Amino acid sequence: MNGYPEYMRESLKKVAATRPKRLELAKKGLKNFLKPMTAEEREEVLSKYHPDYHKEARKKIRIGPNKGELLTSKVVDVLESHPRINPDEIELGEPDYDTDVLIIGGGGAGCMAAIWARMNGAKVVIATKLRLGDANSMMSQGGMQAAVNPHDSPTIHYLDAMGGGHFDNKPELVKVLTSEAPMITKFLMELGVMWDRTPDGHLQTKPGGGTSRRRLLSARDYTGAEIMRVLRDEVRNHPEDITVLEYLPAVELVLDDEGKCAGALLFHMETGEYVLVRAKTTIIATGGFGRLHIAGFPTTNHYGATMDGVVLAYRAGAKLLYMDSVQFHPTGAAYPPQILGFLITEKIRGFGGQPVNKDGELFVYPLEPRDVEASAFIRECAEGRGIKTPDGHVGIWLDSPIIELLNGPGTIEKAFPAMLRQYRRFGIDIREEPMLVYPTLHYQNGGIEINEWGETNVPNLLVAGEVSGGVHGRNRLMGNSILDYNVFGRRAGIRAAELAKKTKIGKLTLDHVRRYEEELREAGIKTKRVAPILLPEYRNLKILQKHRKEFDPFLPAGL
Amino acid sequence: MDTQIEEKLIPIYILSKKYYVPEGSTIITAMEYAGFKLKKGVGCREGFCGACASLYRLPGDYKLHGGLACQTVVQPEMQIVQIPFAPAEKKVYNIDELTPDIEPFKKYYPEVFRCVSCNTCTKICPQELEVMDYIQAVIRGDLELAVDLSFDCIMCGLCSVRCPAEMPQHLIAILARRLYGKYMMPRAEFLEKRIKEVEEGKFEEEFARFMSMSRDELKKLYYERDINFDIT
Ligand SMILES: Cc1cc2nc3c(=O)[nH]c(=O)nc-3n(C[C@H](O)[C@H](O)[C@H](O)COP(=O)(O)OP(=O)(O)OC[C@H]3O[C@@H](n4cnc5c(N)ncnc54)[C@H](O)[C@@H]3O)c2cc1C
Repeated sequence: MNGYPEYMRESLKKVAATRPKRLELAKKGLKNFLKPMTAEEREEVLSKYHPDYHKEARKKIRIGPNKGELLTSKVVDVLESHPRINPDEIELGEPDYDTDVLIIGGGGAGCMAAIWARMNGAKVVIATKLRLGDANSMMSQGGMQAAVNPHDSPTIHYLDAMGGGHFDNKPELVKVLTSEAPMITKFLMELGVMWDRTPDGHLQTKPGGGTSRRRLLSARDYTGAEIMRVLRDEVRNHPEDITVLEYLPAVELVLDDEGKCAGALLFHMETGEYVLVRAKTTIIATGGFGRLHIAGFPTTNHYGATMDGVVLAYRAGAKLLYMDSVQFHPTGAAYPPQILGFLITEKIRGFGGQPVNKDGELFVYPLEPRDVEASAFIRECAEGRGIKTPDGHVGIWLDSPIIELLNGPGTIEKAFPAMLRQYRRFGIDIREEPMLVYPTLHYQNGGIEINEWGETNVPNLLVAGEVSGGVHGRNRLMGNSILDYNVFGRRAGIRAAELAKKTKIGKLTLDHVRRYEEELREAGIKTKRVAPILLPEYRNLKILQKHRKEFDPFLPAGL
Repeated sequence: MDTQIEEKLIPIYILSKKYYVPEGSTIITAMEYAGFKLKKGVGCREGFCGACASLYRLPGDYKLHGGLACQTVVQPEMQIVQIPFAPAEKKVYNIDELTPDIEPFKKYYPEVFRCVSCNTCTKICPQELEVMDYIQAVIRGDLELAVDLSFDCIMCGLCSVRCPAEMPQHLIAILARRLYGKYMMPRAEFLEKRIKEVEEGKFEEEFARFMSMSRDELKKLYYERDINFDIT
């Protein structure tokens, strides 16, 4: 696989031909020539082209705490599924682990919560699906928002986040998010996170989509990896207080006879064994839902991003917020096919990279909030100004060579080593040629509703990170989710440790799972689907039909 | 779902059994095509998490190659095995009590000094990092270079599996980076000031004002706000 196919050459030439002119505009300030959209223009492009506005995008959920609400159709399907377990076959006897705080999900939110729960005196168990840190948190590239410059402030950050979220965000959560950002920046720095600095030693800050100031802190384009590997290392520095259970996803919460959350049932995916963890408080930190491939989109998310936490919490009675809204990242790779849907960080545009159509023309302000930017890309392609790929996809160009012209030679190698490496593997040098991009499924905007301390309406059940809802309204801005998992991971950890001290667990039960089955029956929902999904299905269908069902807990419904 | 490739099938060996898989597949998608449900040896699928390190050999080539299964395209007659994780002992330390020099390495990873400069680690690194050079930098106490060269490490651990001196390079590297990030990078002076401002309630009044606004008032304020990337 080497480089772009021949037939794309003509379009690539046009991109190169318009580059000098575009460079000139960029130097004078692109926003003076290509104005950001007004509120009306935004609404127009969103309503016509954003996948959330498609007439089949949403449907009514028939059971559970949000019964009657319109949610994303795929989310409804997953929630209206049978449990993986039959409660009558499970004995809730002596627990395999007994702890103060159980954290489900070992990504950024889970690790941050573990560190802070421990600092507040709790014994912690982290149960995670794959390895600790095999998570969306490891993958973020662009950066984290924090108002750390004199001409910026937490309140300006607040305004940007509210506007980005279409003013649906829960204000008290956004206040916490933006006010604690500087403190989090410092906390991570003291753990050893290497935030990029300017040549004179200041924290380097870059603009991001929907920000009105330079506010993105980064660590090259391995920001997520840098933070995640530090948090993971720190978690592993406390084996006496934090027990890490890998390859053991939770399949159901366990409650006690007073309705408090009291731990979870884990499932060993290879041996089929169930593991019972009893905990005084439980934190769900299972991340997002990219692997549901909503509306058929490819995704940027890691393999385990299957919305499990939402399923578990919903069955236990937790309320969801904004599960009707999905974030599509404007710049997913459209070519080569091996990296279809992979993320091209927004920081490329932060450094001056420009989206252009097949004729090399600019058509949208590069740093609109994500939903607006993505919709504008979809419109450009729908109107015939995109480039088709050999395998039937379509995209527009993201001009990266202009970055070197704007910021000096060597910038890409220094600031975007991951992107450079990713494309080089397939014979494309992004210093010389642009990238072909199209929106990709990226982020779960909504989730389980929380308060400022990560608490839900289910006693002793807390939630942090991407799986929560309310912080970002219906559209998260870049850089606010790394911040989110740190701010609310920390808070959930602190509160869970406090609550654990006052908690006495009663008799364990799975009655809520029985009730859920009953609700399904009463609502007349007939389905073979089971959830949580745990791992998405990518096997070859022909071969799957030959599999023996009794050996395969993952066979898709209907096979 | 990750890939949609025209189906020309080529033979590969997964754990010594022959399978025909679509040309252009990555090792991950090839294994799935062959019917495997991957429950380990797979993570982000985008080259960032280091969960899918794999070893392979090609016909007529004596070399043992390493790669990430999600990033490596299969070739005819390739023999593949996955290394879901590299056994290695991460040492427990209190980062607040260490000094940013050679001492912590002497104490926690003394095997680093056993490096024989064979460069096997560099050759196997799927990120194409100069692993041996960063290990040598650690030995010289040049943390800055060690950190710079190891920064893009995704901690798959292939280096540690191949090392004749049997050291965990990836764990040594993260200790180096944490020390450097904590003790040797410039202090962010304004940050302290900002944290203080927040603690002293400097923004409370404005927060209260914003939070008491109606949706329309806030919307107006938002669309009229000054967007300025020239100042910091
Ligand atoms: C490619 C990419 C780039 C991004 N770039 C940025 C960026 O530049 N800036 C920014 O702010 N944000 C970015 N984001 C978003 C951000 O990284 C995530 O939203 C955030 O890291 C989520 O953290 P989390 O801890 O909530 O979830 P995750 O980090 O995804 O962790 C969840 C963990 O829970 C585990 N889990 C799932 N189900 C179960 C179960 N049933 N039982 C046990 N464990 C389970 C998962 O395996 C995983 O380990 C990016 C995301 C992606 C995918």
